[in-house]
Amino acid sequence: MDYQLTNDIFFNRHCIMQIHLNGSPKTITDLMTVAGLLQELGVPLTSVVVELNRTIIQPDCYATTSLKDNDQMELIRFVGGG
Amino acid sequence: MLIIHGHTFNSRLFLGTGKFSSPTVMKEAIEASGTEMVTVALRRVDLDNPEDDIMSALNRDRCVFLPNTSGARNAEEAIRLAHLARAASGSNWLKLEVTPDPRTLLPDPVETLKATEELVRAGFIVLPYMNADPILALRLQDVGAAAVMPLGSPIGSNQGILTAFQIEIIIDQARVPVVVDAGIGAPSHAALAMEMGADAVLVNTAISVAGDPVAMARAFAQAVEAGRTAFVAGMGNRSKQAHASSPLAGTLAADLGFLA
Repeated sequence: MDYQLTNDIFFNRHCIMQIHLNGSPKTITDLMTVAGLLQELGVPLTSVVVELNRTIIQPDCYATTSLKDNDQMELIRFVGGG
Repeated sequence: MLIIHGHTFNSRLFLGTGKFSSPTVMKEAIEASGTEMVTVALRRVDLDNPEDDIMSALNRDRCVFLPNTSGARNAEEAIRLAHLARAASGSNWLKLEVTPDPRTLLPDPVETLKATEELVRAGFIVLPYMNADPILALRLQDVGAAAVMPLGSPIGSNQGILTAFQIEIIIDQARVPVVVDAGIGAPSHAALAMEMGADAVLVNTAISVAGDPVAMARAFAQAVEAGRTAFVAGMGNRSKQAHASSPLAGTLAADLGFLA
């Protein structure tokens, strides 16, 4: 955790939240957007589909969609298959 | 020429992209097969390998992408996957697969029919994977399936066409293309399906796990071509008794008694 984040938490400016990402718990801060999380994870934006609480998020909304506590997020992409 | 939902295909071999040893081998096998339709699956992103992307190895200019709904156990899950597939591919093509039993991976006819109906209404071009049931094939056509995909034998089993009798009836009654899918383990199986009048075959495992997948892709392309040409040429009737190929008149029977 970087200094700014620790500092922010200390002054209660941000909360630590938990979402479920691909079925596993993931801790984020309350300022995280879909775009921010994809960037943090190193997932190229163009190669995935984002489903948030069973709703597909269009790519042009990644930057404006904030994540909330207990969000269920799925990151899906094509793989080889018959 | 094969036409599905207004789209023309020069090749009657459809290729699955699962189980290839590398993206390079897959790409070369696709080229060698001459296919213009490839299937892909949807899975959760592997967060340990976030940049793994099969799409970069596939040429979307030459091939139609046919996302499948593999993993779906009922209509609801298949419909959810279908919408994710459409968002990922930007197209309406869909191979509908509803397989509740992981041991046999046999398709659920009731859920498949239900999902086909709903997805057609939602604008998808639906190609349902189905058991080789002629009545179900009619029902799927009635609700708007763009093609039907009866199985030869269970997925990945390499057992070949164990459902020939039913597939013949399906082909006979079909108002949409019939694509024989699953279980095709050898080029001869593919040729048989095509000789029977199937419009196309979908092959994956037999090519992707072959010793030389690229050469096997070529072998399948030749078999599909040969089978189709034979079907169009008109196959002879089967008979339980022999019919001499050589003329019976004008033999030397008079002199050579054994020819009589």
